[in-house]
Amino acid sequence: MILRALLALALGAAAATAVPSHADVDVLHRERSLYQTILVTRQPGRLCLQFSRRTDRRNQSCMNPQYPKRMVFTYTRMMMAALLLHPAPAKVLVAGLGGGTLPTALGELLPTATVDIVEIDPAVLAVAKEYFAFAPSDRLRVHIGDARVFVKRRLRSAIRYDLIMLDAYSSDYIPEHLMTAEFLEETRALLTERGVVAANTFSTSHLYDHESETYRKAFGLFFNFKTAVSGNRIILATNGSPPAPAELRRAAARWQRALKPYRVPIDDYPQLLSLEVDWDTSKRPLTDQYAPANLLRE
Amino acid sequence: MNGAAKNKNGNVPHRLAGFPSIRRAMLKPLIVNGLAFTGGFTIMSLELLGGRILAPWFGSSIYVWGSIITVFMLSLSLGYLLGGRWSLRSPTLAKFGAIFVVAAAILLPTIHCAEPIMVYVFERLEDPRYGSLAAALALFVAPTVVLGAISPYSVRLLVRQREESGKVAGTLYFVSTLGSALGTLATSFYFVLWFEIDSIVLGLSGALLTCGAIAFATHRWQLS
Repeated sequence: MILRALLALALGAAAATAVPSHADVDVLHRERSLYQTILVTRQPGRLCLQFSRRTDRRNQSCMNPQYPKRMVFTYTRMMMAALLLHPAPAKVLVAGLGGGTLPTALGELLPTATVDIVEIDPAVLAVAKEYFAFAPSDRLRVHIGDARVFVKRRLRSAIRYDLIMLDAYSSDYIPEHLMTAEFLEETRALLTERGVVAANTFSTSHLYDHESETYRKAFGLFFNFKTAVSGNRIILATNGSPPAPAELRRAAARWQRALKPYRVPIDDYPQLLSLEVDWDTSKRPLTDQYAPANLLRE
Repeated sequence: MNGAAKNKNGNVPHRLAGFPSIRRAMLKPLIVNGLAFTGGFTIMSLELLGGRILAPWFGSSIYVWGSIITVFMLSLSLGYLLGGRWSLRSPTLAKFGAIFVVAAAILLPTIHCAEPIMVYVFERLEDPRYGSLAAALALFVAPTVVLGAISPYSVRLLVRQREESGKVAGTLYFVSTLGSALGTLATSFYFVLWFEIDSIVLGLSGALLTCGAIAFATHRWQLS
């Protein structure tokens, strides 16, 4: 019955109530989509996308309109560390569009690659196009749908990916069915022989241990990538074995120039990628049967 | 209530004489309402788990919940109809108990057959809207129809006079919907944190089986 009430609420076409904004935050767009409230705000020096009704909440994606290539968030820069693990990704999948920062950058940095993007909310695509200069093309294809279903369908085709970026968020956190061992195993099966998964997660939550165990269950050893300035932890997992430090440094040297306009300090990254197990390994991995992710986060 | 013979002073001669029958009279509504509560609890607990069961195959898009809610409403409406019809045929607590036993048994395939059924649907229906609808139909119609039969049958068991029928039905709706609310809350707040989905379904089945046993036992005890 509660669900029904929630659904009725979500479907209600009532206009979102006006929320007092900060003095320096301009609301450019406010929309209640099927899945969330989408907010586009102009903040000093940047344009941001939020999935909440209040302007003081976490930004999902930001862009500097003057320098659109510059990555505003540390976590998006950190995600680019995935390029250190694969010599030349030709097929890329990004789960979660947001403002389109990651797929746009990947499309530019890998000029012959095709990038598939799976995004559940059509309203997010519209906003990304209108405000964040996101331009889908033959090489940048957006699929509207659930990432889990997309991965399962793709597994039935011959298409495999060299790089898969997991960045699908709701206003809260990663949806439960996108962080279970089964999903990660499906994702792994969708990788090419040397394929790489980069996942954006939080480093400060009670879920950290469970999440880490889940990745270990699906991939074995993986790189943990944390920086002092970001609350995000990027998980970099490979289908093959993780490359040696020297190989990472060589790759960083190769990418350094190309990544400069994006403000990605790729040179600093190899030494920050850690294979160390820094979590409580007695915690239960998340599965389709047991995935109380949002409850464990508290 | 069997009229206890009164003594000369008009008092009941032995304070226990009328007691068993009073207890029996109160016991039936208590049992039937308690069982209706469990039925309501199970329905919503199962509905909530339905979303989790379908998510790995059909995602958590809005239409997945749309499919589940549609299927549950449809099945409940059918269940009400069938339960009402069945209550015309000399209703007893034992038959009432049989509804619970059947529901308990019919829940079990949800554990073992869910995966192959969803694979089957997934391979044949590309559109996740109709995929989730078909899977929800296959998985949840049978148990929900049976669970839906509980409410009208409960009303029949407890109504003795036309005047009190509204009150009896009102109490039963109250109790079973309260069960639904608690089933939703308990499942989403706690059960998913403590148990695996299959274990919860098994627990629901066990609870229904216990209900059936209680109904049978009460039926026999009343006859004795």
